[in-house]
Amino acid sequence: MATTATLGKKSLWDGGVAPLKASYGKLMMWFFLLSDAFTFSGLLITYAFLRWSTPQYNGDPEAFTFSTEYWPIPEKVYEAFPGFHGVELPLVFVGLMTFILILSSVTMVLAVEAGQRMDKKNVVKWMLWTIIGGFAFLGCQAWEWSHFISGTDIPTLGDVLVNGVWVENYEIFGANLTFNQYGPPVFAALFFFITGFHGFHVFSGVVLNVIIFFNAANGVYEERGHYEMVEKVGLYWHFVDLVWVFVFTFFYLI
Amino acid sequence: MEQTANIQVEPVDKSKIWGIWKIAIILAVVTGIEYVFAFTMDAGFVRSSIFIGLTIVKAFYIVSEFMHLGHEVKGLIYSIILPMLFIIWLIVALVNLEGASVKEKRGTTDYEPTVMVDDRYLQ
Repeated sequence: MATTATLGKKSLWDGGVAPLKASYGKLMMWFFLLSDAFTFSGLLITYAFLRWSTPQYNGDPEAFTFSTEYWPIPEKVYEAFPGFHGVELPLVFVGLMTFILILSSVTMVLAVEAGQRMDKKNVVKWMLWTIIGGFAFLGCQAWEWSHFISGTDIPTLGDVLVNGVWVENYEIFGANLTFNQYGPPVFAALFFFITGFHGFHVFSGVVLNVIIFFNAANGVYEERGHYEMVEKVGLYWHFVDLVWVFVFTFFYLI
Repeated sequence: MEQTANIQVEPVDKSKIWGIWKIAIILAVVTGIEYVFAFTMDAGFVRSSIFIGLTIVKAFYIVSEFMHLGHEVKGLIYSIILPMLFIIWLIVALVNLEGASVKEKRGTTDYEPTVMVDDRYLQ
């Protein structure tokens, strides 16, 4: 009788119970993502802090020209599209990138949904689409970086340090970590750091997706009896999409 | 040879699939609204606030539906959402307070095209 009483009152600490009704792996993915969210918050707050403490352009947006003295208007910087040289298409390319990433997030949800139904064929199919979306986004970002680095046809004149010598009214084309044609040096540095850090997350996500894709195709999860790995990597992939939503707002819209 | 005869593939629940696409459509529409504001409204505090508000709407749908957090137990929801509230203080402290203070201490002023022209006439 005493035995049954102790069995009935089982302590949470005896094991066998999933805390918060989520598996160990999922819970740890959530807490990793929370820490990663802090990292990205730190980066975006750095962006906001430096922008807040740098001179702004208060004139007419139509008459805006690039200068190393004040922060640029984002839609004047990001207005190029592959194959449309010289045509001003503000924020169109970045809109395409957003669209690609949201779509790849949707295909990931569909893969998770198929996994919950033990539907191997559809898991493999949707994982493949997610991987294609990831590569498409990375390709877009590579193009955007190369355009940002090489710059526009018209240079910006600025005083810069070239090979240890101050040069006045130097013709600046594109951007590097020391100076750039769009605005203060820190503008390009933040662009490289924040979109680069996000791009690296996308790349890691694609690598994880590829691993999951092959495992699913080889029947590893079918043998295991559940597709929880798809859900865990799915969480990471959605987080990458989530961060892009914030980068998009703070970098390209505001 | 069908080796996986014991694996039962459950049929597709059409309403669930439609639910997923519905969230995708909401995200696309909210992004579209952001574009409308970006091209029709002058930059400023109000427009920035609208952008941040719409971003939070999008973040809510991604976290709650795509990442399924809205369907987890309350304890998990709070342990993810509550720590993020610290970020709000960090934004106020570092951006609004520290940023403004650094700008003032450096003595930097915003670029005003008309003011620049007036200065030249004075000299």
